[in-house]
Amino acid sequence: MLHRLLSGDFPRSLWLSGALALLVLVLALAPFLFTGARAMNVAATICVFIVLVASYDLLLGYTGIVSFAHTMFYGIGAYGVGLALYSIGPTWGAMALGLGIALLLSLALALVIGLFSLRVKAIFYAMITLAVASAFAILASQLSDFTGGEDGRTFSVPEMLRPGFRLIEAEVFGTAINGKLITYYLLFFGALAIFLFLLRVVNSPFGRVLQAIRENDFRAEALGYRTVVYRTLANCLAAATATLAGALMALWLRYAGPQTTLSFTIMMDILLIVVIGGMGTLYGAMIGSALFILAQNYLQALMKQASDALTAVPVLANLLHPDRWLLWLGVFFVLSVYFFPTGIVGKLRALKR
Amino acid sequence: MTPIATPTDAELPKLKLDWAPLLVLPALALAALPLIGSAPTWVTLTIAGLAMGMMIFIMASGLTLVFGLMDVLNFGHGAFVTVGAFTATLVLLPMQGWMQADSVLMNLTALSLAVALAMGVTGLLGWAFERVIIMPVYGQHLKQILITMGGMIVAEQMIHVVWGPDQIPLPLPASFRGAIIFGDAAIEKYRLIAVAVGLIVFVAMFLVLNRTKVGLLIRAGVENGEMVEALGYRIRRLFVGVFIAGSALAGLGGVLWGLYKEMLTAAMGSEIMVLVFIVIIIGGLGSVGGCFIGALLVALVANYAGFLVPKIALASNILLMVAILLWRPQGLYPVAKR
Repeated sequence: MLHRLLSGDFPRSLWLSGALALLVLVLALAPFLFTGARAMNVAATICVFIVLVASYDLLLGYTGIVSFAHTMFYGIGAYGVGLALYSIGPTWGAMALGLGIALLLSLALALVIGLFSLRVKAIFYAMITLAVASAFAILASQLSDFTGGEDGRTFSVPEMLRPGFRLIEAEVFGTAINGKLITYYLLFFGALAIFLFLLRVVNSPFGRVLQAIRENDFRAEALGYRTVVYRTLANCLAAATATLAGALMALWLRYAGPQTTLSFTIMMDILLIVVIGGMGTLYGAMIGSALFILAQNYLQALMKQASDALTAVPVLANLLHPDRWLLWLGVFFVLSVYFFPTGIVGKLRALKR
Repeated sequence: MTPIATPTDAELPKLKLDWAPLLVLPALALAALPLIGSAPTWVTLTIAGLAMGMMIFIMASGLTLVFGLMDVLNFGHGAFVTVGAFTATLVLLPMQGWMQADSVLMNLTALSLAVALAMGVTGLLGWAFERVIIMPVYGQHLKQILITMGGMIVAEQMIHVVWGPDQIPLPLPASFRGAIIFGDAAIEKYRLIAVAVGLIVFVAMFLVLNRTKVGLLIRAGVENGEMVEALGYRIRRLFVGVFIAGSALAGLGGVLWGLYKEMLTAAMGSEIMVLVFIVIIIGGLGSVGGCFIGALLVALVANYAGFLVPKIALASNILLMVAILLWRPQGLYPVAKR
């Protein structure tokens, strides 16, 4: 049963299995364990980021493609659901329509960009996606009549997902069974399903070909695999998954805007999480996302305290200012690419030996 | 002993000049004229486009040469642009008196001091960047992209640490402000200066690459690095030199760009990098001539589109890139090896 569920790709480390089991357990019970809105936000963000980062890992870790357009697809998903709910009204039909259009748009864009630039070199693709993604982000904020510009769009979700909605009147373990809880479980099970699906993909024969392309694309081509087709398919698959992640995030936030979906900072976050968690293993996405989102939410407060305590020392206080946390992440990122390219998961697996 | 025929220069076939990309530029400019409708506006826009193109060329040339020579694409190149611009403020802000004085000589002195410092600092930074960040990952594209991107984040954040989180205004020197009225067209003085500086850099680079031994080695290295090494030249040293020069040029471009915008932000480098990447893809990775034409094309299209359909200004560059790549998939002037 477990073997089928995980597609035969087990964590292969006692510590890792423990951490993953704990993470899934905590996320599954989050509404009952935590009460504050902030903690729930953190849990929901972790769920969405696991999907987002895992889909990016399909590109970077498994196929060896560097893309900077992943937030574009994420944004398309969020905007698709958001704008449909905003303009048609809060119905399930509108949501499905928005998601459908977003998926089609993402697939079309991924196909075109892929066919266009994946023939050449990895480096070419990285540059072109960077250019396309930034053009897209600017376009989204320019077309303000349609997308709401920099402010984004706040919208209402279907009745069942609103905080005011009660599934049953009684409280279960002191937690109200309301729309917010239903939304959370929609996110949780959605993320779980997509993650298991991705796990299935990377352990399928298709996934093996992707890894062959990563290791040596020339040899893969010589063995008779059309690498362009495989790369483009992987690109489309990753794009579609990122779109789903974006849609989930929009449902949770009930908001779609450039800062939360399209900004380059999120792209950097994804890159950092993949590398720090471990490239080429989807479990890295889980561990990385959890650690990163936790650190983002709670470490910054710690940095602020340190910075406030050190106001007397000018440069040091600046270095520890909470806005500078990206600096430390950047340093950590560079060091981890050098010294442990396999990330946390790789380190944990190596412990065994 | 049989005499061997020694080939002379006359026997070598001359390389045929590829004219087609050169014609794209005037064709584009002329095609835009009826769309814009008024000649003075067109002149203003074209000059603005040329000025912007020259600045982008200065920033992009080092990047494309480094890629051609050593197959290293530095995603952190934008950091040098930002650092160059911010370093210039170290001279320009204390010397504000000289900058605002109504004397061309005093303005120029302050400015050239700033440029010299900026180029020196970015050159040094480039050297350090090459040593620390790039050297361990030669030949691994994936890691190069990741590492240089990381280096870029760190550099951008360090700017925040040193100069604070606010934008820094950088006013133009007094004698470069204002515009020259030429017929009905107003041409800003600073844009003319940018065009002049860009032309000087291009001509100097062209002469170095085509008339000196170092230039010969660089061009040979771009074509076939292993052969240059086999002939006994240390291509590593050559590469470090080019990297430093490219970084210094990015610094120069940063100063010019900062004065053009008259406002410095820590993200200015990464913003301009998008255009720079489009430029070097259009020009053909590794080709300086292609980079020059690509920069002018991109800037002209950006200016015309900004005037005609402002909402899709940046998207127009993507369309330009797509069009060029459909015509020549390897860029305007493909470099033989790749």
